[in-house]
Parts: sequence; C-alpha cells; structure tokens
Amino acid sequence: MTGEVILAAEHVGKRFGRFVALNDVSIGFRRGRLTSVIGPNGAGKTTFFNIVSGALAPSEGRIRFDGNDITGLAQHHFARLGIAKSFQITNVFPWLTVLENVRVAVQALHARFDIWRPRARHRDLTERAAHLLDLVGLHGQRERQAANLAHGEQRSLEIAMALACEPKLLLLDEPTAGMSPEETKSMVALILRLAAKRTVVLVEHKMKLVMGISDHIVVLHHGELLAQGSPDEIRANPEVRLVYLGQAAA
Amino acid sequence: MTAGHLVLPGTRGRRLVDAIARHRVAAAVAGLLVLPWVMPYQALAVNVLVYGLYAVGFNLLYGYTGLLSFGHAAFFGAGAYGCGIAISRFGVPWPPALIIGTAFAGALGAVIGGLAIRTRGIYFAMVTLALAQCVYAIFYQWVSLTGGENGLRGVNAGRLLLFGWQLDLIDPTTKYYVVLVFVALALWLVSRVLDSPFGAVLEAVRENETRARACGYDVRATKFLSFVLSALVCGLAGSLMAIHLSVVPIDTLNYTTSGLVVMMTLLGGMGTFFGPFIGAGFFVVVEDVTTLYTDHWQLVVGTIFMVFVLFFPRGIWGVILQWLRP
Repeated sequence: MTGEVILAAEHVGKRFGRFVALNDVSIGFRRGRLTSVIGPNGAGKTTFFNIVSGALAPSEGRIRFDGNDITGLAQHHFARLGIAKSFQITNVFPWLTVLENVRVAVQALHARFDIWRPRARHRDLTERAAHLLDLVGLHGQRERQAANLAHGEQRSLEIAMALACEPKLLLLDEPTAGMSPEETKSMVALILRLAAKRTVVLVEHKMKLVMGISDHIVVLHHGELLAQGSPDEIRANPEVRLVYLGQAAA
Repeated sequence: MTAGHLVLPGTRGRRLVDAIARHRVAAAVAGLLVLPWVMPYQALAVNVLVYGLYAVGFNLLYGYTGLLSFGHAAFFGAGAYGCGIAISRFGVPWPPALIIGTAFAGALGAVIGGLAIRTRGIYFAMVTLALAQCVYAIFYQWVSLTGGENGLRGVNAGRLLLFGWQLDLIDPTTKYYVVLVFVALALWLVSRVLDSPFGAVLEAVRENETRARACGYDVRATKFLSFVLSALVCGLAGSLMAIHLSVVPIDTLNYTTSGLVVMMTLLGGMGTFFGPFIGAGFFVVVEDVTTLYTDHWQLVVGTIFMVFVLFFPRGIWGVILQWLRP
C-alpha cells in the first residue's frame, strides 16, 4: 500500500563516547516514495543511514520495519528482510567479475548454504544477475573485473547488488558522490527509474539534486531533526534556509 | 592484467588452461599418478602428496577466504597424533584411524577457529599462532600418551586385507597409491565446495567483508565453516603423514610447520587450485636436492621464496596462468 509508513525511526539517538551524533530523531518513511535525508556536513546523515541499514545499533530509540521492531538485529538479517543499501564509498568485490559480484548478491537470498551443487547449475541466479545488470546499464561489462570499472560504473554495480535482495526498501548513501556531471545525470535517471517501483531513501549532500527528484525531504542539523516536508515546503522554510541554503550560498 | 607485456600464446594456451580448469581434479590426479616415476625416490613423492594436501587445506582458508593463519601446524599435527595414537596405543586399523585423526583435527579447528575468528588481520594470525603453541605444549608435556620430545613411535599401518586384496603399506609404491586415493578424494571434495555457492561466499568474504554482510551473509558463520573445513583437510594430510612415516615427530606441531605451509602456498600461488600442490612439490624437491650439497638448505629455499614474494607475488602457478591467459 502506498503511503503507509514502512520504516520508522522512533526517538533514535546515537552517542560515540560523549559526542552526540544523533538526538531524539523520529522519522517515518512512507512506502512508494522517494524520501531524501539532507543536511550540512556533520549533521548526522551517515550515522542515521548506518542505523537504519543495521550497520550501527542506536544508543536510544527503536527502529521499526513493516511494523516489526528490528532494533539491534545483526546486520546480515537486514538484507534478508528486504532492506538494501549502497555505500557512500564504493564498496564492491574488486577482483570478481561484474557478473559474479551481482550473482553472489542474488545468491544470498536463495542458496546461502549450498555447499555441494556447482554454482553453474544455479542458472536462475545467473539469469537474475544478468537482468539486474541490464537494468543499471552494465550489460556490456559483465566479464570485466569490478576493480577495472570506471567510478560511475562501480556505483551502478553497487546499486545492482543492492537490488539483488529484492528490497522493499532501498537505501542510497550519496550515490552521486565523486561523479562527473554526465555520470550524475545518468545516476539520477536510474534512481528515478528505481523509485517508480520501490521505496527509496536517499542520503544526499547536494541540495539541488534532491529538490528535483524527492517526494519528501527530511533535514537533519547537528544530529537533530530540523524540518521535514515537500521540496517546496523545505525550500520555503526559513530555518532550513539559514542553516543549509545560507551556508551553501556563502 | 592490462599491461600486456607478455604477448601470445593466445587462444591455444587459453583453451588449454580452460580445459584444465574444467577438469581440475582429473588433471591434478593425472599429474599425481605419474609423479612417483619422475621423483628421485618414492618416499619423496609421498611427501609431496601429504604436504600438497596440507597446503590445499591451508589455501582454503588463506587463498579463498582471506584469513592468514599462523597456527595450521596444530591441525596437521592433530591429524598426525590422532591417527598415530589410535594405531599405536589402541591398535585401531589404519582406515578408521585416518577418520579419527581427521575428525580430531576438525574438532580442534572448531575450538581454535571459534576463538580466532573474533579477531581480524594480524591479531587473527597471532591468536592462531598462540593457540597452536598451546596445542604444542600439551602434546609435548603429555609424554605417556604422545611420547613427548621423542615423538610418537610405533605407528605401524602394516597390511590390510581389502576384498581379498592384500594392501601392504610397507611397499613404497603401494603406499604412494593408497595415499593418493585419499588425496584425490579430498581434492574432489574441496573442488566441489569451491565450485558451490558457498565457495562464492568464501571469495566474497575475502574480497569485502562489509559488502558480504550487507548482501545478507553471516560473515562469522562463513569464516567458521571455512576454518573447520580447512582444519579437516589439514588433519587428513597429517593422518596420512603419520601412516607414511610410521612415527609422529613432535616437530609436526612446531610453528615452523605452520610457516612451512604459508611458504608452500605463496610459492605455488595462493587462491588457485593447483598452486598449493605445485608449491609443496617445488619446496620438497628443492629441499631434497640442496641438502645433498649443503646443510644450509634453508638459505637456498629462503632466497627463492624472497625472489618470488618480491617479483612473482602470484606464485609459480599464478605466473603460468598469467602467461597462458593474458
């Protein structure tokens, strides 16, 4: 159902020693929407991302997914539940082929502990991996080593890997970081294609990019929730203009 | 490799490598079938088999899963002592004794692996080294069971009547081919595992733990399973060693035996199927030949090892592969 909350952060806080990275953040991400989390450097975006993707456990508060409490669950369970992520820093299996990268990711859902039948006999997994590579536009690169791909292609590969677990929720951490303008353009087109069929949460630094594609925007500042609303509401919000747009203009 | 400084052998070489890769167990066994006839003497050929299998077990953990253990002598030695004690102290026939030795090494692998996989990198290597030294100390002190410093003597495998066919392990040729049967079986099992989806998970963990976890793999469980499998293979190699030598020297458990397998694997080519065997064969032969001329054979082997690490980090088989399949 479109519109209901699929992922909810309830009064989430995170401390590293005495440093408070996040404080009492409550956000509901609605199904079928593209929600962006923005904020200036040090706002707690990545910490928040790591908490909702299972890499970090929150110090306070709960995380609910599809109504179930998943706070503190081991990270490898997140992919199996249907929460997939791409990393801010490119994170692939460098010396495996592009196809094998995605095939391994697909396999995680279907044949995790098959220790006996040859991989080649799981033909459905290879086909699904190939299909995902088509989707992100890496069809021609299947046999190359992932380490030899261009930066933008590696980011696309990561998204194909994230899609492999058939996610209900796709988390993207600065997917256009370090990309050329052309690469950014095609990445944005890809994100829009993906968002048409899925719930997407985008953590992004680039304000302009976010304004154009998001259904809903959440603004973090100094580890706290500053504002949320539609792109127009956010653009009009004086507080946001002060901490974020003002800073960008300076 | 993009450098392309080695031109040709082109498609023929590539096709040959692909064919060998497809039938890698058959190719390995075919090579090992003729090995005794190209070796200076047959006991040396058995050494290649045993150390080769030991390196294959180690490579499973190091080359494929990316975990560098400095304590694999514990599993080689546990297999050797487990099998040797079963035969010499309890009069168990050698075939079940092989299973006992292998199982003992596997159980020890579960204990040491369970503790060691909580750490990473250099700490992992140090923890495995320390725990293996504990095993060494226990076997060294427990003289009544293990013979202590003098080693375990009287591991006489002797004869076995198999379907009316007399197997005499004292005959070197018979011994070689009996050992080869077990090595071939183990190679086939390892090859199946590496080919399976689980084999892909091992490589994924080696390549990028964080990503593997994000994909939904339980990295710890994978490492643990890989560790135990590795210990089982090394344990079988140790068990075969006990039968081969009829004694188990305490040095089997020494840390030098742990270092030996690291060198053999790197020399042959880590993370490849044939590399460990080639490394072990090369090592055993070079050691045997150089001891004819000098007591300081380690100097020669050490120099060769350094040359390889510095200039051919992919090892012997890795270089051949690169040449045939540029």
